[in-house]
Amino acid sequence: MTDLPKTTGKKLGLVIDLDICVGCHACAVNCKEWNDGGHMAPLTDLDPYGKDVSGVWFNRVHSFEAGDHECGRTVHFPRSCLHCETPDCVTVCPTGASYKRAEDGIVLVNADTCIGCKLCSWACPYGAREFDEIDGVMKKCTLCIDRIYNETLQEIDRVPACVSTCPVSARHFGDLGDPESKVSKLVAERGGMDLMPEMGYRPVNKYLPPRLPKQQKAAPLMPSEEVEAKGFLAWLDRRLSR
Amino acid sequence: MHPALSIVFFTTASGAGYGLLVLVAWAALIGHHAPQTYFGITGIAVGLGLVGAGLLSSLGHLGHPERAWRALTQWRSSWLSREGVMALLTFLPALFFAWRWVVADQIASLAAWLTILGAALTTICTAMIYASLKPVRAWRNLWTVPIYLVLALYTGGLLTGLLLNAYGLRGPFIPFFVSIAGILGAVLKIGYWAFLDGGRSSSTPENATGLGAIGKVKMLDPPNTEANYLLKEMGYRVARKHAGRLRLIVLVLGFAVPIGLSVLTLYVGAVAATLFSLIAVVSGAIGILAERWLFFAEAKHTVTLYYGASRA
Repeated sequence: MTDLPKTTGKKLGLVIDLDICVGCHACAVNCKEWNDGGHMAPLTDLDPYGKDVSGVWFNRVHSFEAGDHECGRTVHFPRSCLHCETPDCVTVCPTGASYKRAEDGIVLVNADTCIGCKLCSWACPYGAREFDEIDGVMKKCTLCIDRIYNETLQEIDRVPACVSTCPVSARHFGDLGDPESKVSKLVAERGGMDLMPEMGYRPVNKYLPPRLPKQQKAAPLMPSEEVEAKGFLAWLDRRLSR
Repeated sequence: MHPALSIVFFTTASGAGYGLLVLVAWAALIGHHAPQTYFGITGIAVGLGLVGAGLLSSLGHLGHPERAWRALTQWRSSWLSREGVMALLTFLPALFFAWRWVVADQIASLAAWLTILGAALTTICTAMIYASLKPVRAWRNLWTVPIYLVLALYTGGLLTGLLLNAYGLRGPFIPFFVSIAGILGAVLKIGYWAFLDGGRSSSTPENATGLGAIGKVKMLDPPNTEANYLLKEMGYRVARKHAGRLRLIVLVLGFAVPIGLSVLTLYVGAVAATLFSLIAVVSGAIGILAERWLFFAEAKHTVTLYYGASRA
């Protein structure tokens, strides 16, 4: 049934630090690479070497400008499935292919029963789901379910591909249902936020806002007036100015 | 939102089919056309035919049509599933009603009532598929369900008018019914468009990114240089620039012309009346297809906020 579980044992998810993301797209590329070769393979690309390239990605990195003048800054913004607690993408599914796991809260699509009606992608405010035209089914982030529980991998690698590859550690993975976990503490400390909370989907993934300087000062500029020279330099200036 | 032709055809054709079924069953219940076997059987056949054609067309929208039966399983949470279940259930009383009428020349009242109920519930389910989607302000509002219901009855009325004229069963009821439903439909559409143009979703680029505390948020770089599924499906823009002209087509071809022609059928000969009601059906079909096209093309999805839209 596409009814949502009343509670989930864990709330596995990501915490993404917008303060330090440098917008390198490595998380998106490694996500594509892992999910192309692993459990979900292949993750379709259409016309990959032609003029009209398009393909399925679970993670896309946007860049925004926020604020103006000296307060303004560029923020790189990775966007992927938020594994919401009450997501309509699950309840609208007519077949039961879209489901939220009771044990850890991960939202998944069963590719064997999905009919490809696309309604779940319409129901997601965040654009987390992308239709695979070749397979005829909907695809989405699995939180790398084939890595995080994979005992053939070393323990350090049992995190989503996007987290393992981030060169600046802007992505964190853990149980957001446990207030004592590292990710929950990070969220509490830094004021982690929900995207579009007005939708009422209660995202599990949190975003850490960019740190703002306590006092905004204009950056020092090049001195605009000529500085009066003194002593030896003043003598040299006079000689050369002749 | 991308207006997939299969879905535009499905919602309009099945709406008209259910409207026709309701009016044929209603005509039988009030005893007007009870002896007119051919009108009844043609009406039910055309009605169920349109519903069936619509359902088949909606399968064309699926990535895996052969798995469509699975869509009947999740009626507890999904309006799409409920719609599928109700559409199939409605066939049962409608076919029994038709069978009694044709074979025994009797009106099965309970089956007629159940046909009317099933048609109404199925149309409500169709509308609720859209009215339940929170990310699309143009759909999630109180206009969607009444418009689907009224337009189903109105287009069904136009078809009923054509059949009655074709079988020489003219009367003032259908022109009267079409006028009332048509005027109500046009008023609802004008009200809906005013709602669409007059407000905006509470979602903005600021709360979509959570960066509103810093200031206004503008897209600097998109994540990809080419179009992707999200932009093709949710960022459809082609028809929006023609929206004003298409709305006029809806009002003129969809409502004014068919209503006028339906009323005129009362004042002309039988052949001219049939011709007029045929033109009313064709004109109404073009207008209501344009209406449904706009329903999709004018609808904006919150995902576009991540791709440079300032409102959704």
